[in-house]
Amino acid sequence: MSNLLDLLVAGLATGAIYALVAVGFMLLWQTSQTINFAQGEFVMLPAFLMLAVMHAGAPFWLAIILGILLSLLLLGLGFKLLLVDPMLRHGVLPLAIATMALAIGMKEAVKQFFSAEASPFPSIVPAGDVSILGRVVSLQSLGVLALAIAVVIGLTALLNRTSVGHQMQATAQNPTVARIIGVPVERMILLTFLINAFLVALASLLITPIYLAKFSSGEILGQAAFIAAIVGGFNQVRGAIAGGLLIGVVDNLSAAYVSTQYRAAVPLILLIVIILFRPQGLLGRPEERTV
Amino acid sequence: MTATGKYLRIALGVVVIAALIIVPMNFNRYGLFILSQWAVMTIAAMGLNLTLGYAGQVSLAQGAFVGIGAYAAAIMTTQGLPLVAALGVAIVLCFAIGWILGYPALRVQHHYLAFVTLAFSTLAFLVFRNEDWLTKGIYGISNIPRPNVLGFATNRPLPFYYFCLGSLALVSLAMWWLIRSPWGRAFVALRENPVRALSLGIDTRRYTLMAFAIGSALGGVAGTLYAPLTQYIDPVPFNLSLSLDLLMMVIVGGSGFFFGPFLGAMIAVLLPEWLRFTQGYYLMLYAVAVMLLLIYSPTGILGSLDRYLAERRTKAASALRAVAKSRLETAP
Amino acid sequence: MTAVLEVSDIRKSFGGIKAVDGVSFDVQEGEILGLIGPNGCGKSTLFNCILGQLMPTGGEVKVDGKVVTGLRPSELNRLGVSRTFQLLQVFPKLSVRENLILAGQEHQGNMMSRLFGPSDAGLSAAADQMIGFFKLDHLATEAAGGLSYGQQKLLDAAMAFMGGPRLVLLDEPAGGVNLTMLGDLKERLAAINRERRATFVVIEHNMEFVMSLCTRVMVMAEGKMLAMGTPAEVRANPAVIEAYLGH
Repeated sequence: MSNLLDLLVAGLATGAIYALVAVGFMLLWQTSQTINFAQGEFVMLPAFLMLAVMHAGAPFWLAIILGILLSLLLLGLGFKLLLVDPMLRHGVLPLAIATMALAIGMKEAVKQFFSAEASPFPSIVPAGDVSILGRVVSLQSLGVLALAIAVVIGLTALLNRTSVGHQMQATAQNPTVARIIGVPVERMILLTFLINAFLVALASLLITPIYLAKFSSGEILGQAAFIAAIVGGFNQVRGAIAGGLLIGVVDNLSAAYVSTQYRAAVPLILLIVIILFRPQGLLGRPEERTV
Repeated sequence: MTATGKYLRIALGVVVIAALIIVPMNFNRYGLFILSQWAVMTIAAMGLNLTLGYAGQVSLAQGAFVGIGAYAAAIMTTQGLPLVAALGVAIVLCFAIGWILGYPALRVQHHYLAFVTLAFSTLAFLVFRNEDWLTKGIYGISNIPRPNVLGFATNRPLPFYYFCLGSLALVSLAMWWLIRSPWGRAFVALRENPVRALSLGIDTRRYTLMAFAIGSALGGVAGTLYAPLTQYIDPVPFNLSLSLDLLMMVIVGGSGFFFGPFLGAMIAVLLPEWLRFTQGYYLMLYAVAVMLLLIYSPTGILGSLDRYLAERRTKAASALRAVAKSRLETAP
Repeated sequence: MTAVLEVSDIRKSFGGIKAVDGVSFDVQEGEILGLIGPNGCGKSTLFNCILGQLMPTGGEVKVDGKVVTGLRPSELNRLGVSRTFQLLQVFPKLSVRENLILAGQEHQGNMMSRLFGPSDAGLSAAADQMIGFFKLDHLATEAAGGLSYGQQKLLDAAMAFMGGPRLVLLDEPAGGVNLTMLGDLKERLAAINRERRATFVVIEHNMEFVMSLCTRVMVMAEGKMLAMGTPAEVRANPAVIEAYLGH
């Protein structure tokens, strides 16, 4: 029990990052039936974009800004216009497969144009420890957690408190009706793609200092985000957030208490159980079915 | 189908089969390895095509079944047991596990089913990696022998290629029989309209489970060929990306078309090799090619071909009608 | 005469709404029972409860004296209860003959004989006979999706008869069918009833169709049975007139 607090904080910190990725994943599914199998690679790429800018001699803060802008351009606008738009009308599956191919392409491109080796990545949170309730907790974990929570609160506020947010929710729930009541559906869908790009860029910025920048690092992340989105509820922002936090904590605890070999199995088993017994997710609403 | 069309098809089939037998005779070791791999992956993709293409059930676990088959073959044949015994074990094991994995399909559909099978796939990978006593973990199993088939040793690449090709032929015949049988019709009914299928007395539960079980068993068959092909296996090739690759093969080739997996496996196995001359770029180009292919023909190559032929037929028919009509009008 | 179908006190609620509220009736062998009533009166829900698509909240369904409440649709179908749906439900990619073979194949043999036996399950002749009976001869090898709406409706009905059913429940067979086709359909249904002693229950909005085809008519309103009798009796029933013509 001695390091339970450490494990919880570390788990919540990674979980908060998973939550960011899961929320983006879920928004894409909701507004445009896109199951993005490249979501993990979407998190992997921005770190390399930022590194590339830094290699060109720019300072870290400029690299972050340019990295986020490039992510919005490539992973938001480019992804939507070049891949999703042409394929959407052909149903869910071909598009999902195309995103799998995209994941391979992104990994290979980073490997080829950057490096196959892991690169270190500067942290925006200073290293060091602080003392809470007499326990030493990593400042990095706390910083990541605080930042992720701030983003999640900001996003929830955007969705629930602003008229743009309401229009996005209407688009997600029923595009046909939304269009009739005058919501600019196309613009809202584009906005969700941009939000997703922003979230993955942020997640990239937060997680890369912990796990290093590597072309293959998206595989595990992407899977964690899927699991988080489903466990929490595929159709609710707060569900995806809760799912992300839960998976982060479960992952860290099972690494410590189950076995390092099978730590990855615990979230998967959780996923299977949830899908079988509560397919709408812990916080989700049942999806409407048409016979 | 017209008579000439039928003869054309038969002629095409004969030419392709002859080419598959004759052309590789002077291939080098590597070329034969790649072609054998194509045959093995085609078998696995055919299994998935049954589950997904015919019966309409998404599965992201086919790679895990290839892994189960491969480990069964590797473990048993290195203990001196014949490959046929391993094949039997792999089929029974994969059939049973596939049957169990089909149960979630009775409760959930579509993306949920995809994620259950995805989770299974990753769990299987963890077992391959962690159960050292059985699978030798990350060190893998080496020196997997190649079988003697009807008294012929298949140690050399060419005989082993023929062994893979022969197996593919047998599996294809069995599959052809299956999809033309009442079962095949029931699978299609299950995919197209499960409610109506039920009302016609079709036990959709049993057929769903069968589609999973048989498709998975074919994954196991492919695995038992894969182990003696590479003669060394470790967990890495059987991770999630193999399942995703197999799914890609089925969709790209044309899901629900008999020859879809043959084409899909050709693209997934051979295209990267053809692109090798671009060195580090080959997988990237491959990914771009797959995306472009899917953008231009989302129903796969055979799906697009089918639509093209159907359109041409309608055009020809309406042209004929137009001619007949104009004749009637100009007739005195 | 023996009752093929006995329905006693069937109830079905969705939340607080009683869609079917205690309906009881029998259908005798060889009879054609019409089931009419305004939209939303619970006809289709009643059908779905009888056929196992929905689990009734209460009550009992017997086929040939055997309790079948809660059986799955496929099991019920193999006991000889067949149906059509309100919306067209043919398999568009299969040919007309394949559709009919599919509709009959589960009624004979077992899983093994269906795997290793002949591809047509020995039903080609029966299918062709049905094709002839419903006058679809020239279309046997056409894909069902390429047929006209009326022809698909005929095929849909024909599929319900492939298994040699004891009882057929038809949900709006005449909906959307043009007048010429309608005559054909009615005449074919009457003929199959005469020749094979098949028993029908028919939901239909087309009064002319119901009154001329059915031997008895049951009227439903607000989940309850309002009236039951010969077409003439029902037509003269004041309660029915009020339910249909309003207040």
